[in-house]
Amino acid sequence: MAKVLMKGNEAIGEAAIRAGCKNYFAYPITPQSEVAEYLAKRMPEVDGVFLQGESEVAVGYMIFGASACGERVMTTSSSPGVSLMGEAISYISAAQCPAVFVNIMRGGPGLGGILPSQGDYFQATKGGGHGDYHLLVLAPDGVQEAVEMTMKAFGLAEKYRGPVMILGDGLIGQMMEPVEFPDDLMTEPSNKDDWATSGMDTRKSDKRNLVRSLFLDPKELNDNNLALKAKYEQMKKEEVLYEGYNTDTDYKVLIVSYGTMSRVCKTSIDMMKQDGIEVGLLRPKSLFPFPEDAVFKASTKESCQSVISIEMSMGQMVEDVERCVKGQRKVDFYGECGGDIPTPEKIIEIIKGLL
Amino acid sequence: MGKSFSTPKSLSDNYTHYCPGCTHGIAHRLVAQAIDELGIAGRTVGIAPVGCAVLAYNYFTCDFQEAAHGRAPAMATGIKRVRPDLIVFTYQGDGDLASIGMGEIIHAANRGEKFTTIFINNAIYGMTGGQMAPTTMPGQRATTAPAGRDTDQTGMPIRMANLLKELVTPGYITRQALLNPKQINKAKKAIKKAFEYQVEGKCFSFVELISTCPTNWGLTPVDALKWAEDTLLPYYELGDYKVPE
Repeated sequence: MAKVLMKGNEAIGEAAIRAGCKNYFAYPITPQSEVAEYLAKRMPEVDGVFLQGESEVAVGYMIFGASACGERVMTTSSSPGVSLMGEAISYISAAQCPAVFVNIMRGGPGLGGILPSQGDYFQATKGGGHGDYHLLVLAPDGVQEAVEMTMKAFGLAEKYRGPVMILGDGLIGQMMEPVEFPDDLMTEPSNKDDWATSGMDTRKSDKRNLVRSLFLDPKELNDNNLALKAKYEQMKKEEVLYEGYNTDTDYKVLIVSYGTMSRVCKTSIDMMKQDGIEVGLLRPKSLFPFPEDAVFKASTKESCQSVISIEMSMGQMVEDVERCVKGQRKVDFYGECGGDIPTPEKIIEIIKGLL
Repeated sequence: MGKSFSTPKSLSDNYTHYCPGCTHGIAHRLVAQAIDELGIAGRTVGIAPVGCAVLAYNYFTCDFQEAAHGRAPAMATGIKRVRPDLIVFTYQGDGDLASIGMGEIIHAANRGEKFTTIFINNAIYGMTGGQMAPTTMPGQRATTAPAGRDTDQTGMPIRMANLLKELVTPGYITRQALLNPKQINKAKKAIKKAFEYQVEGKCFSFVELISTCPTNWGLTPVDALKWAEDTLLPYYELGDYKVPE
């Protein structure tokens, strides 16, 4: 299929449709409102559902209700809106329903700003809502990967019967890049008859289905949490995604960086290479599950003297990097999160300071 | 001669967890009868609230979802939008619907979502133990209003049916009571009517049911019925507030 030039936000909306998702609920928020605007126009063309909810709180539960019927469903938002959806995400996780959430991050905390940020790493990978749950979190580094990850997210949400989050930043939402929509990423919806509240007639069954998150019996609740934990362990085995860049060299410094930030780091690495300085990059594409072994191996390569996590945050992923390096190397951090993205020159300056 | 009185098929035979004298059981039965009479059990999805009725799904035999506090109308919206062929009802109490869920119910009603809400108004929080609700009467004692509701501090009780009727969007908005057999028969008709409007795809339908909570009112079941008649009904007037054309 030919490539088309699309804005990230619009491409994410189109990717959902190409993945067979015909249901979209959202509330406007900068810098992701173009997804809603695009799908307000596109969903009726494919006989799909578009609804602008009254708040992100309500949208979270529209997603819950729809996903509990077994229908493919997506919402998109940005940081403050995702905070409001945190409650529903916790319930959807507990009730084990598949759904796709996209967070096009802006600066925080509070209203923060409307420029790109990676300040929601903790929220996405460690919590956001209450209770013991994780999201499967995928972090694209551009429009093409945002499309591919969005398309794959629906199948993954069904495989694990839980919410999947695409964690992008404002730049990925706002920039235009050439993209294609690979047909082979469309997956057939899974059979949901054993759990979805799709109506007994639909399932031709006398057995009713119940979607709930209340387990008053301690053993039942513990069992439900163990079932969730088993899924997260399976994700750690089967869904880890990462990319190594310039890691076949004898690099002295390893950068760990993801999303937009990792692309700037690649430019820095190319520039330093011309000066004879080898720097490696390990880019997590899945933030949960985190590429633990890959980070450990890349950071403990004999030539590697130090590791640095570079983020558009005040230091969030660095905690996972430190955990994975297990004290074998010094782990530094550099980040900015006012909305300005660190320049390649700035990163080179930081790296040279480590050498 | 066939049986003239039996358990609706849409009700299970589980033991109730509701307190003696509580009217939830009556409301459940009326909803189940409406589902049976309309023959819609196989395509009905109920949504349980947070509150005493959180376990409502233990008594209904159709598909059920369990909402977060106040969010049932948003979940019902999600279901009806993606599966308009399903019949969806939310079953919510006054803390759930009129306090924490006020935003969700107003907007769902205003969008004219084609689902049915059964709203149990017993003027108190039940499950959490008798705290003040938006519907608690002036002077009525609650565990969080030990001297009685002070309307200077907390405003007057919210009359949900009156509020929702003011929305310009068409809907079926009615307030009924479950305090005596005559009222219960009228409530039964109203609940069936509400589901009929949904089956026809006509409008949002809302049935407020004036109910009792003997436990948290500190009254016997019989005295609770009398208190509701004397105190609630003059303020919460019964009748149809809005009927679609």
